Amino acid sequence: MSARIGKTIEDRVDAGRRRFLIAGTSVAGGFVLGIPAISFGRPAVSEGTSGERQIGYFIEIKPDGAVVIGSNQPEIGQGVRTVLPMLVAEELDVEWSNVSVIQMPLGLIKTADGYTWKYGGQGVGGSTGLTSNWDFMREVGATARHQLIRAAAARLGIPASSCTTKPGFVVCDSPADAIPYQDLIADAAKLDMPEEVPALKDSRDYRIVGTQKKTIDALDMVTGRAKYGMDTVEPDMRYAVIARSPYLNGSVRSIDDSDARKVDGVLDIFEVEGPKPGEPYFILASGVAVVATSTWAAIKGRRALEVDWDPGPNASDDSETFWRENAEALKGNGQVVTDDGEFDKAMASADKVIEHQYEVPFVSHQPMEPQNCYAYVQEDSCHIIAPTQSPSGASRSAAAITGLPRENIRVDMTRVGGGFGRRLTTDYVAEAAIVSKHTGWPIQLVWTREDDIKNDFYRPAGLHEIRAGVDENGKVMAWTQRLASASKYYRRPNMPDDKLWEAELYPDDFPRKIIENFRLEYFHNAIGLPRGSWRAPAHTANAFVIQSFLDELAHETGQDPLQLRIDLLGGERELEYGNHGGPTFNPGRLTRLVKFVADQIDYGTKRPDGRGVGLATHFTFGGYAAHAFEVTVSPRGELTIERIVAAIDCGYAVHPNAVEAQLEGGTIDGISTALGQEITVKNGQVQQSNFHDYPLARIAQIPSLFEAHILNYDETPTGVGEIPVPPVAPALTNAIFAASGVRLRRLPIADQLKRAMTA
Amino acid sequence: MISFKVNNESASFEGDTDTPLLWVLRDHLNLTGTKFSCGVGLCGACVVHVDGRAVASCRVPVSSAEGRAVTTIEGLAATDDDLDPVQQAWLEHDVAQCGYCQSGQIMAAVDFLNRYPNPTDEDIDNNMSSMVCRCGTYVRIRKAIHRAAELKRAES
Repeated sequence: MSARIGKTIEDRVDAGRRRFLIAGTSVAGGFVLGIPAISFGRPAVSEGTSGERQIGYFIEIKPDGAVVIGSNQPEIGQGVRTVLPMLVAEELDVEWSNVSVIQMPLGLIKTADGYTWKYGGQGVGGSTGLTSNWDFMREVGATARHQLIRAAAARLGIPASSCTTKPGFVVCDSPADAIPYQDLIADAAKLDMPEEVPALKDSRDYRIVGTQKKTIDALDMVTGRAKYGMDTVEPDMRYAVIARSPYLNGSVRSIDDSDARKVDGVLDIFEVEGPKPGEPYFILASGVAVVATSTWAAIKGRRALEVDWDPGPNASDDSETFWRENAEALKGNGQVVTDDGEFDKAMASADKVIEHQYEVPFVSHQPMEPQNCYAYVQEDSCHIIAPTQSPSGASRSAAAITGLPRENIRVDMTRVGGGFGRRLTTDYVAEAAIVSKHTGWPIQLVWTREDDIKNDFYRPAGLHEIRAGVDENGKVMAWTQRLASASKYYRRPNMPDDKLWEAELYPDDFPRKIIENFRLEYFHNAIGLPRGSWRAPAHTANAFVIQSFLDELAHETGQDPLQLRIDLLGGERELEYGNHGGPTFNPGRLTRLVKFVADQIDYGTKRPDGRGVGLATHFTFGGYAAHAFEVTVSPRGELTIERIVAAIDCGYAVHPNAVEAQLEGGTIDGISTALGQEITVKNGQVQQSNFHDYPLARIAQIPSLFEAHILNYDETPTGVGEIPVPPVAPALTNAIFAASGVRLRRLPIADQLKRAMTA
Repeated sequence: MISFKVNNESASFEGDTDTPLLWVLRDHLNLTGTKFSCGVGLCGACVVHVDGRAVASCRVPVSSAEGRAVTTIEGLAATDDDLDPVQQAWLEHDVAQCGYCQSGQIMAAVDFLNRYPNPTDEDIDNNMSSMVCRCGTYVRIRKAIHRAAELKRAES
């Protein structure tokens, strides 16, 4: 279906940059609508993050009235395959029960200026799946509806303005004369597209948007029919695993594959050359590929391999050294990246200075579906089927490995068994292409859990210090955050050292512009561990640090932690916000949320000894969240989370069921990570290997008393996927302090509480 | 050769008898609803029923299924109109996010409810904590299990 539409769009792309949609009749006789070379009311061409530009999208009305909506974005569990079609269906005015959704492949068109998007920008990261398509998808639906109305009006010889619609029908003179959409598709397909986008619905008239809708693929998931990357089966497909260097940046010295080749089903074994240390990469590690007739034969073959590894330049990398270096660094002066007001002067005049350090560890993504990719590289084509957050990244990786032009590379997306940022990188796509290119076979590359834990783009670890000067009334006069960390900007081409901080400190975060004398200072610390984006990247670290410190500051100056937050955040006002999620940040929206969760959990009620409540709130990528945790800590340091109140202000909840799901899931992700997750390195090797030493939260750790609240604010939706995570860890550790008096300044919590309580 | 039943049909496997049941189901019988995740029995994504009891299929060799009846997620309901109460409850509470672990969660919950027809939260916590959901659907899983118990009671 996509190829058919693509051809239509390509045919018209050169017709100029007029504002039009492209309509035509599909092979099956349906009415098909592509959108626009350029979307309405926007800059003519918008640059995506990876250089592609926006071109098209489509819907189809079948002769039997069924509506098929193409979903152009990767579904990683966030609900994008449901919410984007909801927008189209709303404006098209059809019954939601009549809608089915198909996954569109990556659509790229080559133009004189480079590659442009055929189906609109494709890729999910930064909680933008909905927001970047909110206007666009509604315009698609509204335009299709408009064409159907025009077709009906022309048939009846009346002005279009005298017609309207009800779900699935154009209604002209009287409801009795309603014409089903499917009877109008042939006429509608012949009409020229309107110059301007028709008016969008008033939100008061929404029948689908903002209402409770179930996940569109739920039945496929509960019956085992949903297909993930791991489930790909293609003709003549072989299976591959790779033994990767256990040493960060290590390489293969020699291979003895004599036993491995004897394993039944093993077909081929060969070395995969890794990237040069420190240089930009397509794959993560050097290794040895084992290709076999089944996954198990490949795994067994790999076990029988003897590889002599050259430990390489990072052989002495060690977590203990890394943390010692961070501590040393903070004793000196770093790069001052933000310096507002007169920090030194204000600090010197402070009545009291409060200072604490916090440690945030490296963590790994660990989606339930390990990395995998199907690749079939032929002489002049390449087919990729991948669970990915970045199909265009997959295309670029495959192009780099095969040398083929990107228009010869087909990228199909499966449902994805979890993203969390791991699948923004496409190293596993490049590996699959390498194996297929080498063997000439269609290859399903499979990673095991151990591969996934030891070869990741980890969330950066860092040692943070916050120092605040307060006056005699406890008012904060000056504030500095100093961070020594391994920047997320890992092996980026053209990345100067003095920009590395930009991945770790988002300067416009609270409390900048609220505390006048404000300074941020950064120290980069090199380590061989690859780093990448982990759900809400640096916000997870900074929210923990800032929201923990606020509690400490309150306690040490005799203030109430809730009241201090309210005093600092203040009322509604828009502050400029230059980082992702801007252009503004309204701290009053955090005030509203933190007061709300505090009320819900009866914050003011005194608890018995051993029981306490903690709060935290944070602004992430345009959205606002707050948490209240109530916990008990036994005298032996056993922690029980008794109750959680979570609240999100995502502007306007377009798909409330999914917002609630993300709020629940994001909260549990935050708990899981805070409780026990840490990646450590010894002798240049990652020490964790599976869920026994890299634990994910289990159901018993999550209380039944769990409330997820959505507080709408206006009619503009923000993203949702990452927003709930950052406040979780500090709300939890603040609650632990309230219950036990033990302040945890290092994540994960692990056995720290038991040790502190029994010391 | 190993002979067994899968979803009420005869199946056989002629490869290495130490091949985990998981890979026989997925690669040889094309029953991909059963998922591979940790490979060592720590997460439950691969749970199937062997003679009606939940088993982590990544941990048992296919030889252990000799002469037994294996049920996978594909065989849990004959048709979409006749879903297991657990599947129905999962739909009612819209449990799944990414969905990858849910086949195993559902198979584990079916076995659990056979043993605990009137479960408490504590029963759920004690019996379902061998399972992992990275998306964090536990709040809905707990509600859906209670709902499934209710549906089963209404059936009987």
